[in-house]
Amino acid sequence: MTAILNASGCLDALTAPDVARSLDAYVTKTVTPLPREGNPPPRIAETEHGMLNSIGLQNPGLDAFLNGHLPRLDALGIPIWVSVGGFGADDYALLCGALDECDGVATIELNLSCPNVEEAPETAAQLVAAARAATAKPLYAKLSPATWDIRESARAVADSGADGLSLVNTIRGLALDARTRRPKLARGTGGYSGPALRPIALACVYACAQAVELPIVAMGGVASGEDALDFLAVGATAVALGTILFSDPWAPTRVRAELEAARRDVAR
Amino acid sequence: MTPEHAARTASNGLLLAGRRARRERLRVVGSESVGPYTLLRLDRNALDPGVPGQFFMLEAPGRVLPRPMSLCQAPPGELAFLVDPVGPGTRALCALAPGEAIHVLGPLGNGFDLSVERPLVVAGGIGIAPMPYLADVLQGAPAILGFRTEHQAEAARLLPGAEVVVEPALVTELLPHEPVDVLACGPEPMLEAVRARSPGAQLAWEAPMACGYGACFGCVVERGGRYARLCVDGPVLRDAA
Repeated sequence: MTAILNASGCLDALTAPDVARSLDAYVTKTVTPLPREGNPPPRIAETEHGMLNSIGLQNPGLDAFLNGHLPRLDALGIPIWVSVGGFGADDYALLCGALDECDGVATIELNLSCPNVEEAPETAAQLVAAARAATAKPLYAKLSPATWDIRESARAVADSGADGLSLVNTIRGLALDARTRRPKLARGTGGYSGPALRPIALACVYACAQAVELPIVAMGGVASGEDALDFLAVGATAVALGTILFSDPWAPTRVRAELEAARRDVAR
Repeated sequence: MTPEHAARTASNGLLLAGRRARRERLRVVGSESVGPYTLLRLDRNALDPGVPGQFFMLEAPGRVLPRPMSLCQAPPGELAFLVDPVGPGTRALCALAPGEAIHVLGPLGNGFDLSVERPLVVAGGIGIAPMPYLADVLQGAPAILGFRTEHQAEAARLLPGAEVVVEPALVTELLPHEPVDVLACGPEPMLEAVRARSPGAQLAWEAPMACGYGACFGCVVERGGRYARLCVDGPVLRDAA
């Protein structure tokens, strides 16, 4: 059976517990060492074939997450993946070190590629190495599709000790208001997701699956069992749902049923 | 989710932000012009109309994201939404014909607190949308409606008996001096002006929204120096927004 997860930042398990319980594992919104209020609104804009977001890693910070959120997430009874992000290798080491002691954390996903905040000065490989040194938990590196050859990033994070890949994050995009020709988002650009991202993500999974031996959670416009089958066919081991959750909170249950039906058709 | 849990959730609806909501495919039973707006009537199916001021996410045919709409009327067996065709999604909703169907999720968010002694309904433009249902549940309440144009003001027929002003006249000019419990919806400058005149007014705000149930963090408004999700904390707020 193929595991179905949510993409980080696309579901709040505490406001939508039924949706979270319909997943095989819940991935948290990215946690940073300190609380962040996030970017000013407007934060989202729809485009013809996707959506842009610039949330800016709004989150309660590590302490409030550990003491307030994590115990309530544990109570959901499903595996919890914690997404972590920071602005330097020290941040990743701090976050992973703290989560290493938490029994309720199944996996740590390293958000190495948020397009809406300042980047860490280190390379993805250096950030993974810092995280690796701080925890024995499984580490998944979430990579950006905005790179000439994603196989290089995949090999580098694999060599640094990543246990798996999350492919892909959003890609930077811009939308303008039709009347003013000014950016629709307060921060200008945002991360582009949804159906338009799907062929880009598929190419990334296809490339990485041939370059490294790591398991791959695929995400990027997955909206149906057919989409999931595409990603599985090019080497994904699990799929995550993102933008589709915004229009259909039943999507995990539906996609799982569609996948099983498609498999039965193949077996027949 | 176990099959048993899935079945139970399917029959009871999803727990979203502490309330039960359902998502179903609803058939269009009517679509009529009301001034520049369209009153879209859907077969209610098993969806609950909720509390006035709550909203629903309506699938916009051909678009990636659904659109948040407060309930305008709740005739028996139906849910009716007043749609202002301001963009591609709302235009697609206005173009729906009887017999077609769309997915609808709801009811969502916090509606108006109806336990008030001297309700006064105040609305501007498309902000009239939740008021016919509100007035219905309150079994009548005085209302003041403001519009930019005479064409928009044709929507006042949805709220018989309301006082109507058209710009340059403003709704705030008609607010009484004696204390009242204002229940308002309209453009931000109007809501700000109403709040300045009537502290404690219940104001229904609007924000771009992707999900409507707290997942996307897109619809935040500033409250007490923090960003709060309007879909979870609102859309009706008593204090700052």
